Amino acid sequence: MSLPYETHEYDVLVIGAGGAGLRAAVEAAESGVKTGLVCKSLLGKAHTVMAEGGMAAALANVDTRDNWKVHFRDTMRGGKFLNNWRMAQIHAQEAPDRVRELENWGAVFDRTPDGKILQRNFGGHKYPRLAHVGDRTGLEMIRTLQDRTVEKKINVHMECTIYRLLKTDHAITGAVGYWRESGRPIVFRAKAVVLATGGIGRCFRVTSNSWEYTGDGHALAYLAGADLIDMEFMQFHPTGMVWPPSVRGILVTEGVRGEGGVLKNNKGERFMFKSIPDLYKADTADNEAEADRWLAGDKTARRVPELLTRDHVARCIVREVKEGRGSPHGGVFLDIASRRSADYIKKKLPSMYHQFKELGGIDITKEPMEVGPTAHYIMGGVRVDAETQMATIPGLFAAGEVAGGLHGANRLGGNSLSDLLVFGRRAGLGASSYAKGMKDIPQTDDGQVERIVKEMYEPFDRPSAENAFTVTSDLQTTMEANVGIARVQNELEKALQDIASLKERAKKVSVVGDCRYNPGWHQVLDLNNLLICAEALTMAALSRKESRGGHMRIDFPDSVGEEGKWNNVLRQGGEGQMVLEKQPLPEMPTELHALAHDEKAPQ
Amino acid sequence: MLRPQGMVTLSLGATDRKDAWWLSPLLFAIAFGGFSIYATWAAWQNEFYRFGPYLSPFYSPLLKPEWLPPWLSPAFLILGAPLGFRLTCYYYRKAYYRAFLLDPPGCAVGEGKPSGYRGERAFPFILQNLHRFFLALAILVWGILVKDTVEACIWDGQFGIGLGTLVMMVNVVLLGLYTFSCHSFRHLIGGKHDCWSCLTFGKQRHTLWRGVSWLNGRHMQFAWVSMIWVGLTDVYIRLCAMGLLQDSRLF
Amino acid sequence: MSTQKVTLRVYRGDAESGELQDYTVEVSEGMVVLDAVHQIQATQAPDLACRWNCKAGKCGSCSAEINGKPRLMCMTRMVDAIKTAEGGPILVKPMKTFPHIKDLVTDVSQNYRNNKKITPFRPAPKGPDGEWKIFQYEIDRAQEFRKCIECYLCQNVCHVLRDHHEFSFAGPRYMVRAAGLEMHPADQGDRIDQLKEELGIGYCNITKCCTEVCPEGIHITDNAIIPLKERVVDEHYDPITALFRKVFGKKAPPNPAP
Repeated sequence: MSLPYETHEYDVLVIGAGGAGLRAAVEAAESGVKTGLVCKSLLGKAHTVMAEGGMAAALANVDTRDNWKVHFRDTMRGGKFLNNWRMAQIHAQEAPDRVRELENWGAVFDRTPDGKILQRNFGGHKYPRLAHVGDRTGLEMIRTLQDRTVEKKINVHMECTIYRLLKTDHAITGAVGYWRESGRPIVFRAKAVVLATGGIGRCFRVTSNSWEYTGDGHALAYLAGADLIDMEFMQFHPTGMVWPPSVRGILVTEGVRGEGGVLKNNKGERFMFKSIPDLYKADTADNEAEADRWLAGDKTARRVPELLTRDHVARCIVREVKEGRGSPHGGVFLDIASRRSADYIKKKLPSMYHQFKELGGIDITKEPMEVGPTAHYIMGGVRVDAETQMATIPGLFAAGEVAGGLHGANRLGGNSLSDLLVFGRRAGLGASSYAKGMKDIPQTDDGQVERIVKEMYEPFDRPSAENAFTVTSDLQTTMEANVGIARVQNELEKALQDIASLKERAKKVSVVGDCRYNPGWHQVLDLNNLLICAEALTMAALSRKESRGGHMRIDFPDSVGEEGKWNNVLRQGGEGQMVLEKQPLPEMPTELHALAHDEKAPQ
Repeated sequence: MLRPQGMVTLSLGATDRKDAWWLSPLLFAIAFGGFSIYATWAAWQNEFYRFGPYLSPFYSPLLKPEWLPPWLSPAFLILGAPLGFRLTCYYYRKAYYRAFLLDPPGCAVGEGKPSGYRGERAFPFILQNLHRFFLALAILVWGILVKDTVEACIWDGQFGIGLGTLVMMVNVVLLGLYTFSCHSFRHLIGGKHDCWSCLTFGKQRHTLWRGVSWLNGRHMQFAWVSMIWVGLTDVYIRLCAMGLLQDSRLF
Repeated sequence: MSTQKVTLRVYRGDAESGELQDYTVEVSEGMVVLDAVHQIQATQAPDLACRWNCKAGKCGSCSAEINGKPRLMCMTRMVDAIKTAEGGPILVKPMKTFPHIKDLVTDVSQNYRNNKKITPFRPAPKGPDGEWKIFQYEIDRAQEFRKCIECYLCQNVCHVLRDHHEFSFAGPRYMVRAAGLEMHPADQGDRIDQLKEELGIGYCNITKCCTEVCPEGIHITDNAIIPLKERVVDEHYDPITALFRKVFGKKAPPNPAP
């Protein structure tokens, strides 16, 4: 390398230090390859810390009827059968081992009365399945993995943003980024790169996601020529805070409902009883008495309707608000105060108690919360191989939220944390065995590096015109208005036009100040990623002319059997334009098909 | 060790805080200082520490060995135990490090003396580690005070209770709460264990530890009320002995 | 919704020089200090550097000193900040204890170096069914310490680090971490000598500022540091216990039998 840039060489470079990235890095390092980890924030601050409810794994500690087959079935049904069946199978089979392994690394889960890992109920999971630590499971997970990373002496490049991947015609060779602190470029040469960058929630105004969720990994993969899949499926979490305005969108964990909280409209009705989807009729109580019996632990009773899948609950809330039965600030009421004692609430939901007390001035042990949908999770992402997590470009891997396939059209709560562990590990393994198959660290193309570095600093040379924060805000406005929870053809088309004009404006965005820790500049670079993700999301949403899971079309309100047989795949075309292709779902083996469609839970 | 660069040492009392951060160390200094002055004076008096069956806690246990010079009050033989217990107490340490040594004067308030700090790693403060031995002495003294209180119910061989008996009863209760809410006690009673279910009677011992932890959460409050009350008990008995106050017999 | 105009006095500068600069922000209902900083970034100073992630008090990134008190910007409501400013502008400064980088961003790498000194979790062997039997009542203590979000406000306010620049002391955060490991029922590591020497627990004079600023409400001093100090006493200053331990072994049997 002749260029005057700081350069690092790794067998495996992991981008992102959330649950998936850390797990991948640990696995790669343990398998004996030289591993590096890059993250945009400080180590241990990744969005995983915000995961609250728990991680789904069929440990069968609380209900012995549980097993991987039921978990697989629940995941497929939750994803409206659009999931990659093999990923769903691997996920359900391996999750229990990953949870136990995490415990072995020092995670301290809540316990059952007989001293095992406690599991809680969650939406769409037939049995109590979520291993958890109060309502801060994500923090426990990230801290445990962080400690493991330190123990394995993995090199961590903190506050370092990757701007572009490096590749030859056929494979990945590394990445180029910058140190946030100094603004200086940094070049990585690597045999394999694992993307673990999380989601794209910052496309929306009301979101539970942190600033990091700008779709970096989606954009990096897309620009490198990889396929994206299922991008129309954005999950709107049914319960985000709605008041006061400055905290709108902050997550209220599903654990509140798992612990017995109920949703009510302004008439005091538990409106979730009003419409129970056919797919879940056999599993769901249709009256309050039965629901209460289930909550009290009666195994013959059916589940409370508040714990239907997130897509459905979010739609019901939107309906109530639209029809004038909402709460004063445009949400509905989530009430746990009247269902559980103050001590119980404080013990099991401490962060929720704290969050409402500090930010909203509300005591959730005394009064109901006001909640409404918030952009939460992108089911779609980089298209990967189920076994190795390799993307459609050799040497590029993806795990966690940035990867697509596992969750289909809708993710079940709790399946994300287990996804991070199961597929983080598999991506680490996949990348490491791919790297072991190569002799030398690949050479990077100096010209390519120079071009990328030049492009990265180009915004400093632009005449003062647009402000990155304003353009981002305009993007969020149009996405919220036109590609939100309820979609319709003409609005989606409007959004595409808006995105096209925002792209033009983004080219004129300028930067004030120098390159040292300059959020204005960082925003310019992140904005481009957001625009790519927004376009992918909107194009895919236009193409799917039905309602399914997280994708709801007002003009096509039903799920159409035929539409459930293919995935939307997006990639960059020859002229740099985004192209969309419909691809048939991989064929599911008959016994798994039977399992997934089984009305009763498999034994 | 690489030391972070560019740090500034703020002068004593320098802070951006606008609240009255100096108030609580000041109150402590006044109250603790006042008590110390009174206690020293009272210990020097060498009289008026008995009234009827009452014995001032400052003078208990009443030891009068022959070698004790007449000018020295017997209080000095035993004051070391409660004094040492309080001086090495984790709560008092916090309070007097802040109020008297200004180390620190308040949170996020400048100290103005960056170098030479050794904390509790060197003499004299390394001696704070002996807290548990003072705890043992304090428990002993507390037992004697309980005995004194029982004796304060016996008036010339007859059972009886005076206002002074009640004062002494409250005194041993408060001192007991302070003594048994001690951090060292909490450690020794079970805090040192990690795997309770590995122990015999682990669950019960954990419950005990939980109880002591509950008390421990109120250690500061107990420290204050017990200190004030022990002084008042001495004042009460002293005034009675001096004839300035009429003790009333309740029955 | 009524809005109010308020002055925020923010520290701007780098390691070499800096100054306080005033910005006017519009305060709306429920707004926190971090919102005000974002408003300044979006409308007045796009290059104003500050760290933040979750804006919900869960990641511990946006630590700063607001009106002289170490706080998370995302958990400090503007109405409260206006109150503590007592009529003046709201003062927002970076954490003082750490080397300054730019504006509200400081170099907290010292903390990550400290962390590496602590012996990691050493799991006891598992029972025949491949599980530990650990009961909730045994882990309540460790779980309190594991609530830590690593905001470093305790490190910032600790006078040993802040005023004496004594970095032989690992700081409250790492006392909490060590306590979480030491008090884990299935941990077999021994960190007592380490606490005494490398982590410098003796520097702590339990003045409790760390506990006062902890946004997670962890009882750092009472539940972590003091019990650890007592354990150090067990091994190093208490001949009776030390003798007892020599005879009966240091730790309880690792694998809960029942």
